[in-house]
Amino acid sequence: MTSVGPEKLLAMYETALTIRRFEQRAIEQYRLGSIRGYLHPYLGQEGIAVGAIAALEPDDYMVSTHRGHGHAIAKGLKPDRMMAELFGKETGYCHGRGGSMHVASRSVRSLGANGVVAGGLGIAVGAALAVKQRGGRELVMAFCSDGSAANGMWHECLNLAAIWDLPVIFVLENNQYAVSTPYRDTARVEHLSDRAAGYGMPGMTIDGNDAAAIYEAMAEPIRRARAGEGPTLLECMTYRHGGHHVNDPGTYLPADELERWKARDPLILLRAHLAEAGVDEATITEVDERVEQLLEEAVEFATTSPDPSVEAYLAEVASA
Amino acid sequence: MTTAPRLTKMRYRDALRLALTEEMERDESVCVVGEGIGERGGSYKVTEGLLARFGPNRVIDTPLSEAGFVGLGVGAAIAGQRPVVEVLFIDFLMLAMDQVVNQAAKYRFMSGGEGRVPLVIRTQGGAGNSLAAQHSQSLEGLLYQVPGLKVVMPATPYDAKGLLVSAIRDDDPVIFIEHKLLYLAEGEVPEEPYAIPLGVADVKREGTDVTIVAWSNMVPRSLLAATELEAEGISVEVVDLRTLVPMDKEAVFGSVRKTGRLVVVQEAVHRGAVASDIAATVAEELSESLRAPIARVTGFNTPIPFNLALEKASVPQPPDIVAGVRRVLGVTSPA
Repeated sequence: MTSVGPEKLLAMYETALTIRRFEQRAIEQYRLGSIRGYLHPYLGQEGIAVGAIAALEPDDYMVSTHRGHGHAIAKGLKPDRMMAELFGKETGYCHGRGGSMHVASRSVRSLGANGVVAGGLGIAVGAALAVKQRGGRELVMAFCSDGSAANGMWHECLNLAAIWDLPVIFVLENNQYAVSTPYRDTARVEHLSDRAAGYGMPGMTIDGNDAAAIYEAMAEPIRRARAGEGPTLLECMTYRHGGHHVNDPGTYLPADELERWKARDPLILLRAHLAEAGVDEATITEVDERVEQLLEEAVEFATTSPDPSVEAYLAEVASA
Repeated sequence: MTTAPRLTKMRYRDALRLALTEEMERDESVCVVGEGIGERGGSYKVTEGLLARFGPNRVIDTPLSEAGFVGLGVGAAIAGQRPVVEVLFIDFLMLAMDQVVNQAAKYRFMSGGEGRVPLVIRTQGGAGNSLAAQHSQSLEGLLYQVPGLKVVMPATPYDAKGLLVSAIRDDDPVIFIEHKLLYLAEGEVPEEPYAIPLGVADVKREGTDVTIVAWSNMVPRSLLAATELEAEGISVEVVDLRTLVPMDKEAVFGSVRKTGRLVVVQEAVHRGAVASDIAATVAEELSESLRAPIARVTGFNTPIPFNLALEKASVPQPPDIVAGVRRVLGVTSPA
């Protein structure tokens, strides 16, 4: 049984469900033609964003990835303006200039999703340097993936964070496929977190579908970061519930493997924790209904919001 | 009553150091980051003494991780610092191009205008020291092509100092490209603090027959060419762009309206050049003022050779500039 209390569990469940329903509604809107371009759903990985970010304080920074809707919502961005950004609307967080892969907002210290795998890790170590230079106690949570661990930028940034004892927590979401390539084909180590030793930082691999376990696992990395003792690499094992993006059927995911991981859906695990903690069904149903309503309003907001003005855009760039 | 500013003679590299020192004194958020910039003072001695003065929290020696520490600069800038990141050679900046092109340049725009990246990347380029093909390039054209970056290329100690001050105070990423042959160049620099706004060209020599537009080390070479041509009775105006982005189009236009003839001189390769862009802009918008076809004097489309004679031949020298001016004037060299 988890040591996380019922209120925290319920809040984490609500956030996880918000992400789940956000992604499902976004896919539905994509199919209807309201959303264009690339959309990388976070379905199946919700436990990581929810558990890891629940352990942060509001002033802490976050750097996200191309699969970043879950991180953004968990950090506090609102589903309505998020959805509006996916629609490319003026009311979106980036006024339709960024889209799904580039949502950023200073309001919650989200330094942005990123269209380049490992491309945001420099931003993470730089923000951590800024904190250290100012003598602050904030930390930077840097989400990255199994795919990113094959990139030179990942190496450079883990090393920089380590040598300067920067307050970064690298949360590696190992969903086991870099687009379609299994991570076992691209790494000779048993766990990607084994590489932490090569940088002189602690590394561990944990269950990435159990939000409560992730929340608990954050305690020591957070203590280290705030104490100026340096970064930690936390690898969270998880699995995508579908292809790389909305138009990838993900036929390369073995059916039995997918089923095994779906049986350990982060929402199922959170519900089990809630039941164990004695939270009654009525309370959970209340949350379910609230989330449903929130997403209904988000889709409505995005649908009815205006497009950005082409004239305003042209005026903006004319002098550049 | 005003008094003339007191001037001190100093080298380009000392003027750069003075700009860094003054800005670091003025603003605690300014820091410098790069390879061997601390104890060693940088390969070109620009950051000498800064470590002793400002300490390791603000003068940060890095490992050989260009992508990593340029990215670090982007992140520190987004989070409110004003980092000045030194990349030893512009050739090595290629290791960090994702961070420059996809991250720094786009952040403000992609975030809907909310994000700011007050980052300066100081780097140096150019041929002339027998450093061969991977340490001698003029790659400003690559950066000039990327919306969201400002590109500064000073030619004198005075400009180097004033422009670096403005680059540090700017809220957008600035690529500040020095020239390796200019570090020891001397010039007059005011003792009082000053800043030169980005996007303002400077007429380095006035003339009436031909306009030369140049930047960086092509400015002193163009001035040498102008002196030679003066002896033949040809009056050359030399406009130093100082910053390529933003570009002071009006300064170029003003000079071309006066002279009716334009030679654009750049060290970088001929193909797809900034010089071509300037020539095209003048041809499009100012054709009624042109009394002769525009000439471009540029480097050849070649990697920079190691051999000294070949290296000299690969990029414009004063005689090439003189020849370019004669071409637009339709005169042959005096026998």
